Amino acid sequence: MSWKSKDLLTLEELSAGEIAHVLDTASSFKEVSTRSVKKVPALRGRTVVLFFHEPSTRTRISFELAAKRLSADILNVQAASSSLVKGETLIDTLKTLESMTIDALVVRHKSSGVPQMLASVTKASVINAGDGSHEHPTQGLLDLFTIRERKGKIEGLTVTIVGDITHSRVARSNIYGLTKLGARVRLCAPPTLLPVGIEKMGVEVYHDLDKALEGADVVYVLRLQLERQKNNLFPTIREYSMTFGVNNERLKRARKDAIVMHPGPMNRGVEISSGVADGSQSVIDDQVTNGVAVRMAVLYLLQGETNEKPS
Amino acid sequence: MKSIMIQNGHVVDPANQLDGEADVLIQEGKVAKLGKGLKVKADQVIDAKGQLVTPGLVDIHVHFREPGFEYKETIATGSHSAVAGGVTSVACMPNTNPPIDDQSIVHFIRAKAEKEGYCHVYPIGCISKRREGQEMAELGELKKAGAVALSDDGAPIMNAELMRRVMEYAKMLDLTVIDHCEDSHLSNEGVMHEGEASTALGLRGIPAASETVMVARNILLAEMTGAKFHAAHVSTAGSVELIRQAKKKGIHVTAETCPHYWTLSDKSIKNYNANFKMNPPLRGEEDVAAIRKGIKEGVIDCLCTDHAPHASTEKQCEFDQAAFGIVGLETLFPLAYSHLVEPGVVSLSRAVEMLTTSAARIIGIPAGTLTEGANADVAIFDVKTEREVVAKNFKSKGKNTPFNGWKLKGWAVTTIVSGEVKYQQE
Repeated sequence: MSWKSKDLLTLEELSAGEIAHVLDTASSFKEVSTRSVKKVPALRGRTVVLFFHEPSTRTRISFELAAKRLSADILNVQAASSSLVKGETLIDTLKTLESMTIDALVVRHKSSGVPQMLASVTKASVINAGDGSHEHPTQGLLDLFTIRERKGKIEGLTVTIVGDITHSRVARSNIYGLTKLGARVRLCAPPTLLPVGIEKMGVEVYHDLDKALEGADVVYVLRLQLERQKNNLFPTIREYSMTFGVNNERLKRARKDAIVMHPGPMNRGVEISSGVADGSQSVIDDQVTNGVAVRMAVLYLLQGETNEKPS
Repeated sequence: MKSIMIQNGHVVDPANQLDGEADVLIQEGKVAKLGKGLKVKADQVIDAKGQLVTPGLVDIHVHFREPGFEYKETIATGSHSAVAGGVTSVACMPNTNPPIDDQSIVHFIRAKAEKEGYCHVYPIGCISKRREGQEMAELGELKKAGAVALSDDGAPIMNAELMRRVMEYAKMLDLTVIDHCEDSHLSNEGVMHEGEASTALGLRGIPAASETVMVARNILLAEMTGAKFHAAHVSTAGSVELIRQAKKKGIHVTAETCPHYWTLSDKSIKNYNANFKMNPPLRGEEDVAAIRKGIKEGVIDCLCTDHAPHASTEKQCEFDQAAFGIVGLETLFPLAYSHLVEPGVVSLSRAVEMLTTSAARIIGIPAGTLTEGANADVAIFDVKTEREVVAKNFKSKGKNTPFNGWKLKGWAVTTIVSGEVKYQQE
């Protein structure tokens, strides 16, 4: 299977076959990170720009490692140090970068739609590293990879996503990816954290965490932005934690072999107890490990397929 | 001043129940005669055979940006855009800098329009000082200076007590209060209609109720005070229903809507194109259907543009950071003709009425008819040739339209303002 698009902007626009292809490609890259020399020449001579306009540690580092392990040259451009603070428009900044010939642009931005906008005006590959409340496709892919690795499949699984769906790009990418690959997706949150019309995306909506966890194969806990409380989206952090926090007692409702996921960073004791986060069912560290392999696969598919494969 | 005879056109003048072939004679800036087969000599003869001749259109909701934002539009470029769309009278909203909250700005705009304008430009005065929604502006002085209505358009009046007092005071002045009906708490910094589309795009939503609750409040205050309340740019099914009920009860309420609310929905927003971003936002499909029904059944009194030009950099950026608003003067009639008249939502005569006399009546300006003795403001339209909307050719400084590339009929051919040809199609 060859890759059609120059960009990876959303999981909404990918087919089930394309998603599976990324996951398969990631499997072959995962091994690279276990070598003592963690490097393949797939992107040698290519320039990858990490264009981050929102604080991010894990996603940026994960992309940076992925690109380095593919032998690409990396350029970090962050909002605080770029000419954007001097009032330059995003498109002008991009044109400046493009004039210096770049091959791929990894974009993180607080405004939904920015990667789409940039992709439409550049010849470089654009990879969405999270845009506003819209999508975070590589997070979705690494989550799918982790589920498939642990469960051997995705089709037919019941996945419960708990937390602030409204503001979550991770939730949207996971909903698209999981439903395309045949999982049943349950969402659990108070109505104030569920966006209007979300049930049209092919999910079941719950407000009772115990019911939502019943028989689940995967429990996906989302980070709660604590400042949302000020906007009256829930009464107190205490009440949220009591009602929607996942702890070992509640986790018993899920299948015995259920896995627990979280995109990080966690608020321990709020949406997830330390017992669950550090427990035997947690695969949170696997997610981080797999993130590098998945991002290597994405960079390779968009940029490196003409270069040699890892051997 | 030279005389003009417009011959053989299909004349629609709703104020005179005229809808058929007729001639229009213009002398000394006035309509001298209106009738069939006029045998009078004129300095200039315009053969309008096969074309539509109407009173110049009246748009009571435009933003001409001057003073303060001349990089977006000026009175000269805005009024040029108006006549290029067959519009001969506009009322401009006071969200300028400084805002029109003081008589000196009213005088400034009138003087500028007199000197540089292509059409009649009527200033609308602010409701509150600095458009802050706190203290009443000098409403009486604004009227004396020439303001034709009152509005803080763009800024909601969240203080119901202020709105009550403004309505009471405006009633004494016989000025219509035009409100941008929006509850800013409910809008909560939203950037598009709240619904499935905003959920999929991950953009913050503005619920329909944000508009509808304010329409409800204003109707109650209009009933209480007896003032003339005009609902600006109505976009929701709920607003249409409330206005319908209020009119039945005899409350003095009128309403306008804009072409984008009868042609586009939130699902039209593709690729985060900010030329689809305005406030109120493009609503759900059920709202679009209700707007069309409201137009058909006469709940909506007039059609306007909310012409809101912006510089390209204010639109070619992050969707949530982009400015609200689109231009509309040059596509107003084509969108009314092609999307209301041709599909049979309203008759041609009713559409023209909504674009002329109905609109003029709301703010009490002398415009919108070809009655003998009236100002000779006339528009001639080609309703047969389909043409593509080409934003870059707009006379407006703003090219921010969601309709670029649409194929429409109803393009202005000739526009006459006070007896002078101010626009001629190339």
